[in-house]
Amino acid sequence: MTLTAIIFAGILTYLTRMTMIALISRDMLGDKIKAVLEYVPSAVFPAIIFPGIFINDFGTFIDMNDPKIFGALVAVIVGYFSKNIIATISAGLVSYWFLIFVVFN
Amino acid sequence: MLTKKQLFTRGMLDISPHMLSVIPFGIICGAIGVELGFHPYLVYAMSFIIFGGASQIVFLQLLSGGASSLVAVASVGIINSRHLLYGAVLSEYLEKLSFIKKLFISYVVVDQGFAESNKFFKKNRSEEFLHYHLIGTGCTMWVCWQIATLSGIVLGSFVPEELGLKFAIPLTFIAIVVQDLKKLDHVIVMITCGLSSLLFFDAPFKSYIIISPVIALFVAALLLRLKK
Repeated sequence: MTLTAIIFAGILTYLTRMTMIALISRDMLGDKIKAVLEYVPSAVFPAIIFPGIFINDFGTFIDMNDPKIFGALVAVIVGYFSKNIIATISAGLVSYWFLIFVVFN
Repeated sequence: MLTKKQLFTRGMLDISPHMLSVIPFGIICGAIGVELGFHPYLVYAMSFIIFGGASQIVFLQLLSGGASSLVAVASVGIINSRHLLYGAVLSEYLEKLSFIKKLFISYVVVDQGFAESNKFFKKNRSEEFLHYHLIGTGCTMWVCWQIATLSGIVLGSFVPEELGLKFAIPLTFIAIVVQDLKKLDHVIVMITCGLSSLLFFDAPFKSYIIISPVIALFVAALLLRLKK
């Protein structure tokens, strides 16, 4: 029962991945649409970033003094200047841990 | 001109820093699945069949919370519908490939792989075997995800929950978009998407994850019109 649902979810996910790659040709997308598609990373990833920071496991907003906000700001600053993925993630995590384990403890 | 092997390796290298967040997240996903009371084989089957990060956790949480299979399947489909946008961007670079190759490559497209390969494609349009970069990012992600979720299933949550490692996921995506903060138009699009995602967070089937990009792309279209 659950396996059947997993298989359907898998097929659906695969279709979302495959449809535009395999079934759409370049001529079907005009220049205007292509210009808009340049913005896809900027238009999609904040929908993962913002809820990951501002909404907790219970689906409610965090407080404005939540350590995650600080950690995210540190990550943005370090990422902007270092251009390094590992530095960005580590800086965000370490500053977050510093607040929850040292400051707020 | 780079060889297929060089491009594949380049893809592997470009995505590997993201494993710093993907591996702990995969372990957590595997452990949560077992904790929710699902059979270990089913939890693992999802990593193979769906191969879809957070959508796998949502699926199990919905089922264990008493939602119908239909709701759980629909939610996974909606969460992963953002791949339609990735596909539309990538189709330009994969056009010359045979249909069969496109079908295979589609299975390994993931968020971070799309992001890193798209950056590489933009700078190296003339390369003949560009798709090997995408295969490199995708296969690296696939192998790490299988190992990570499997470890979580077998060993349980040996990653202490207090560490809050789920927070590494927004951080990994910050690393992807942070250089675009230099461009005002991109900043406006990002803020539109981010605020919309918070505004529509309670929309049914987790649809905020596709509603907010669509709104942000409309704003991007308006900005393009203003620029002219």
